[in-house]
Amino acid sequence: MKKFVYVLLVAAMLLATIGTAAAAPNSAVTCDQTYTVTAGDWLSKVADKFLGNVKAYWAIMWATNQKNAEDSSYAKVTNPDALEVGQKLCIPSQADAEAFLKDFDPTSATGLAKLFPQGAKGRLIVASWWTNGGEFAGLNQMFEMFKKQNPDVEIVNAAVAGGAGTNFKGQLLSQLLGGVAPDVFQLHAGWEADTYNPGVLIVPVDDVYKRNNLESVFPATLLAMLKFKDHYWGVPVNIHRSNVLWYNKALLDKAGVTPPTNWDEFFAAADKLKAAGIQPVALGGKDGFELQHTFEDILAGSMTADEYAGLWTGKTSWKSDKVTNALNTFKKYITYANADHDALTWAAATQLLIDGKAAFNIMGDWANGQFVSANFTDYGWAPVPGTKGTFVALSDSFALPAKAPDVANANLWLDLAGSKPAQEAFNKQKGSICARTDCDYSSFNAYLQSAAKDWTVDAIVPSVTHGAAATPSWATKGYADAIVLFATTGDVAAAQAALVQAATDAGFAQ
Amino acid sequence: MSTTPQAIPYTEAAVPKKRWLSRQNWERIVSVVILLPSILALGLFVYVFIGWTGFISLTAWNSAAPDFTFVGMQNYARLFIGSGTDAIRFRYDIRNEVGFLVLFVGGCIVIGFLLATLLDRKIRGEGIFRSIFLFPMAISFIVTGVAWRWILTPGDPNTGWIGVNLLFTNLGLDFLRNGWFTAPTVVYFHPETGVGQLLTNIGLGFLATPDFGYAVAMTSIVVAAGWQMSGYTMALYLAGIRSIPDDLREAARVDGASEWQIYRHVIIPLLRPVTLTVVVILAHIALKIFDLVYSMTGGVSAGFATDVPALNMWKTTFDATKFAQGASIAIILLLMVGVLIIPYLIWQTRSEEH
Repeated sequence: MKKFVYVLLVAAMLLATIGTAAAAPNSAVTCDQTYTVTAGDWLSKVADKFLGNVKAYWAIMWATNQKNAEDSSYAKVTNPDALEVGQKLCIPSQADAEAFLKDFDPTSATGLAKLFPQGAKGRLIVASWWTNGGEFAGLNQMFEMFKKQNPDVEIVNAAVAGGAGTNFKGQLLSQLLGGVAPDVFQLHAGWEADTYNPGVLIVPVDDVYKRNNLESVFPATLLAMLKFKDHYWGVPVNIHRSNVLWYNKALLDKAGVTPPTNWDEFFAAADKLKAAGIQPVALGGKDGFELQHTFEDILAGSMTADEYAGLWTGKTSWKSDKVTNALNTFKKYITYANADHDALTWAAATQLLIDGKAAFNIMGDWANGQFVSANFTDYGWAPVPGTKGTFVALSDSFALPAKAPDVANANLWLDLAGSKPAQEAFNKQKGSICARTDCDYSSFNAYLQSAAKDWTVDAIVPSVTHGAAATPSWATKGYADAIVLFATTGDVAAAQAALVQAATDAGFAQ
Repeated sequence: MSTTPQAIPYTEAAVPKKRWLSRQNWERIVSVVILLPSILALGLFVYVFIGWTGFISLTAWNSAAPDFTFVGMQNYARLFIGSGTDAIRFRYDIRNEVGFLVLFVGGCIVIGFLLATLLDRKIRGEGIFRSIFLFPMAISFIVTGVAWRWILTPGDPNTGWIGVNLLFTNLGLDFLRNGWFTAPTVVYFHPETGVGQLLTNIGLGFLATPDFGYAVAMTSIVVAAGWQMSGYTMALYLAGIRSIPDDLREAARVDGASEWQIYRHVIIPLLRPVTLTVVVILAHIALKIFDLVYSMTGGVSAGFATDVPALNMWKTTFDATKFAQGASIAIILLLMVGVLIIPYLIWQTRSEEH
């Protein structure tokens, strides 16, 4: 029995030497010592014990992950707050740790990427609400491109269904608050970043902009929209336009009406349509954003682009007569709409246009995708009356969670998302235009070509309903609820007071 | 339960037989040990979190960044006081909830009881009917909501009637067409006429406002929820009726009671415990209703005419990231359910003791 133990010991020692000998030549990091995690440990405690500095936990995380690439007996630490008992950590020498910490910045994407060994491997978790139709096809195109560039990375598609991310956002937020994160996730560009406590749950991606030179390929107004608290929080992949007036050409011809450019013309046209027995306006409301969407476009059409943008930055007062006019216009607009608008989704309202049951519909340009998939061609589009020269924009971007499991892969994805080939491939499928101004639109459909042209010349202002203009509490509560009530009561004074209050609550005294 | 311990005379012989723990104590310890994990888990995941929610509702955490500054009852005040949008919406929520609670529970009891008495006639194919009435309960509220939204989407004279309204039109029953869950009508005591004037005169004018009315749109939710849950009510009543001994009915018949009198004076009084159970079960479903309204109307139709507190809580917390405000709605919802459940629990504990 004793003999056997000796043999075992010798064998184990031999094996250990072989193991070290094999691993040593490639090693970039040398471990001063190793440490196995026991119950009650956390990384900063270990850092304090061995390196005399609680903040040196980043260095341990870095060294352990480097080691892990060579020797899988070392742990892969993806979340510094979540150690597991039994994980083997590599403690670097004091000098190595200090050298690493000297130029390590935990608040930047490239900084965090340093924590993981170079050379794409492992996984990439992409979270979005793109689950069907063109957007799903577009996402898959991007996946394919990524796979071609990084064949060793396994892509995990963590998509949650639900229009405009209604289900996705709540789920993601609770995950992030709980310290579990995907590598990258979909975020409406602009103020929606505020949902995720920027700087805490998500980190800036300024580095991605710098190394891909994105500031020179995105329009300056878009960059201003993307910048929040002086940083970029997402890489935009596409642009949608909110302020589009769609119309059924056959019905307009039948009533002898031309597409209106201002509200007087619009209501004159609507009266003519009504006289001809045609429903003038198709409107939705069931998904809780259609009314607010329509009103933001009317608002943008009732003032200059600068004034509209100023509503969300405190420069324009909500007490302005122009807001009153917009409310009155919206009230009148609703009287021309189908009575059951609260029961219809935006898609059902668009369907009324396709079926030839209504003439006009204000909706974002995702409606174009529905026209295309229904093989309906007899439609036209114009800016919402009063908004010619203004592009009310929203944009989907990819953001980087602070606790992304594999920041290196996330960075590779963000590089791809900002690139020209990826944007061209994605947007053609999704039915949107590139955030970049240098895309080739020759193979895009007619609507997208016209939108792309406007994108380069129009004044770009943010959409509030789609997360670009204001904090979530202002956009989805203060502003949104005021519009829901107004659409039923028609009380202009009360609605304006509520809108003023909403702006005040958001910190912009009127 | 406990038996008085007999004084055992201490003898040398008795010692080796004595166990260091009596069987009874041993069982008690085992039961505590077995229950402990679930008590701890319950304590943590229910009561600690209720406390946590209560605490959050008193803080200023109304953006994504946690902020635990104590602000007292400010979040509650915002829901009840003033003419702000938050207050209007919340008052409507409570109004809708109360209307829904009364009609849904009442409707389910009436329909459930009627179905149960009909099935109790020992008709042929009772099993089939029972299954048919019970099946809706197996469906998720989300599915019910979507289906009833399709059925009750009103349509428009110009774009065409849809669903039930189309059916009414085809049957020539045009007068029955209505806006269903998009109807903005709120029935309330108008302050200048009848009861409303009376209320105003005795200083209860606040009751004669739309805040204390009934939003007609809510009826659609009642119909959908009632369709789903009255079969369940029927099952409870049927079990209750079947558990009443036939002797009692026979005795009543011998005494010359009519069928109606048997129900009125024998069966219904004996079913009182069942009714109480039904009320409590249905009422807490009604108070917590979320998924049905979410999928059917989203709560936004006709200016929050079908909005309910649970929906508002979710929107406030996760869409608007106003965690403290959302927590205050959660606490109010908890109190509302508590008002209902606690008396029931007390009653149940007492009747078990008897």
